[in-house]
Amino acid sequence: MTDAIAVPLRRARMWRRFRRRPMPMTGLVLVAGFLLLALVGPLVTGDPAQQDYLATLAPPSAAHPMGTDDLGRDAFARIAHGAQVSLQAGVLSTALAMAVGIPIGLVAGFYRRWLDPIVMRLVDVTLAFPFLVFAVGLAAIIGPSLKGVVLALGFAQLPAVIRITRGEVLAIREMDYVAAAVADGAGDAHIIFRYVLPNCASPLIVQATVAIPTAIIGESTLSFLGLGVQPPTPSWGVMLTTAQQYLGDAPWLAIWPGVMIALATLGFNLLGDGLRDVLDPRSGP
Amino acid sequence: MILKIDNLVKHYGPVRAVDGLSLEIGEGEVLGLVGESGSGKSTVGKCVLRLTEPTSGTIELGGRDITHLSRRALRPLRRDVHMVFQDPYSSLNPRFTIERIVGEPLLRHKVADRRETSRRVSEMLEKVGLRQEMRSRFPHELSGGQRQRVGLARALILEPKLVVADEPVSALDVSVQASVLNLITDLQKDMGFSCLFITHDLSVVEFLADRIAVMYLGRIVESGPTEEIFAGPRHPYTQALLSAAPVADPVRQRERRRIVLGGDVPSPLDPPSGCRFHTRCPLAYDECRSVEPALHDPRGNGHPAACHLVTADRVPDAAATR
Repeated sequence: MTDAIAVPLRRARMWRRFRRRPMPMTGLVLVAGFLLLALVGPLVTGDPAQQDYLATLAPPSAAHPMGTDDLGRDAFARIAHGAQVSLQAGVLSTALAMAVGIPIGLVAGFYRRWLDPIVMRLVDVTLAFPFLVFAVGLAAIIGPSLKGVVLALGFAQLPAVIRITRGEVLAIREMDYVAAAVADGAGDAHIIFRYVLPNCASPLIVQATVAIPTAIIGESTLSFLGLGVQPPTPSWGVMLTTAQQYLGDAPWLAIWPGVMIALATLGFNLLGDGLRDVLDPRSGP
Repeated sequence: MILKIDNLVKHYGPVRAVDGLSLEIGEGEVLGLVGESGSGKSTVGKCVLRLTEPTSGTIELGGRDITHLSRRALRPLRRDVHMVFQDPYSSLNPRFTIERIVGEPLLRHKVADRRETSRRVSEMLEKVGLRQEMRSRFPHELSGGQRQRVGLARALILEPKLVVADEPVSALDVSVQASVLNLITDLQKDMGFSCLFITHDLSVVEFLADRIAVMYLGRIVESGPTEEIFAGPRHPYTQALLSAAPVADPVRQRERRRIVLGGDVPSPLDPPSGCRFHTRCPLAYDECRSVEPALHDPRGNGHPAACHLVTADRVPDAAATR
């Protein structure tokens, strides 16, 4: 349908709408900075396990821009390497939850029949557990590792994703444009992917932007409990935990990972809001 | 016959939305299906497109029974019938451009490639009176009337034999209603499709429909040629409906005898015994409460009514009792 030029045109229009808004752009910059730190940071900093015995709990200096921890390890190197862990825990677990949850929600909501009640009762049962308690339980079963963190956080997010998707699908399948698609002669797959899914994207994008920061914090918690990444691998959560003991002597150790978590959270939230607005043709120019 | 519905029944759980309805639409004929909200008229339209599954009865499209066809077997037949929906705000996919919405039927039935689709979309937009620059717009950028024209373009682009129009103008402003109605009339004359025009407003179909069928609580109570119905309604319900419509001539309007029906339409959960209309009929007598009148045509002139009082030499007059 769309001629060769129409698609790039629409992309250009979306980008223009995105660029014009200050909040999404701030989010994009923050997330880009986060990505840069995770991908390039570890290459320029030294080994995060390298200890400097002459400078333990040292304040920021030329040699250690963010200071050192109790074992004399460079905090900047650990922040940069920790960014990788946080990024994976946040993005991969959310991607996992979306990749599994959206199809389940779509099928349950669209076809109903016997599948829907079964899926929804399971979702209700799992939603009865607080997110972190559920994640801790799963992590304890899977075993402590980054992979375990991603799986545990991903599955802990799953019920919310299924519930949101299914709720949206239930509303959209009753819309006249879906009936019109049936009358057009469209098949189920076409209706699901071209009519239902695009129209329930907004709440899912919002969910993702809330879920990524939650998962980053969740990783911190799991690592704090010893169920996440294992020392000496650095993660922001692990750093924050150890920093607590030295809050009086070396407050920078808590401030850096805290600030990073806050900025990453803010970045994903702003970016998500912007994406939602831009992807919805109904929202302004 | 393009469409032949025989003894259609559709129950939603205990709700008897359509309860034994039969009707026929010939080639190029426009049938106005009139009824109050809750009379089941929209359900009839949905059943014809198999957007909802009938509980029982048969639906024949172009002589072929489609009541129990599988979705796959039904798909090629969907080229011959399409629908115009009531609500122009929920009947167009908000994520598609107008070009895509109108072109979808062609693409889904693979009857045209992209270039051909694009050409036919232009043609169709012109027919429904939309400017070409609307192609790249999204539904939310259009007014209600423009959207309804888009809905009409989508329904007609495959040149179907039958169009089901479910209250296509009742969500529009009165000033826009007239122009969309005229458009439908012109397109129908031009393209010659048959039309099941569903409405709650008799005056809407007066100049459009060849025949009218009046529905009450899931059944047809009267049907006949449009002029016949307007000139001499036989069923008390039809008489009441007609008396409610305003007349343009103030002198005649003042002289008219209004028939005001008491109460609401009874619940389709538990329709009244005997004649379904007896609870509101000013002429009801004992037999009406116990014996359900069949749709009968005592004069044999293609104008049947379901009322005990209609006989070969007598037609009830609901206005006479007040």
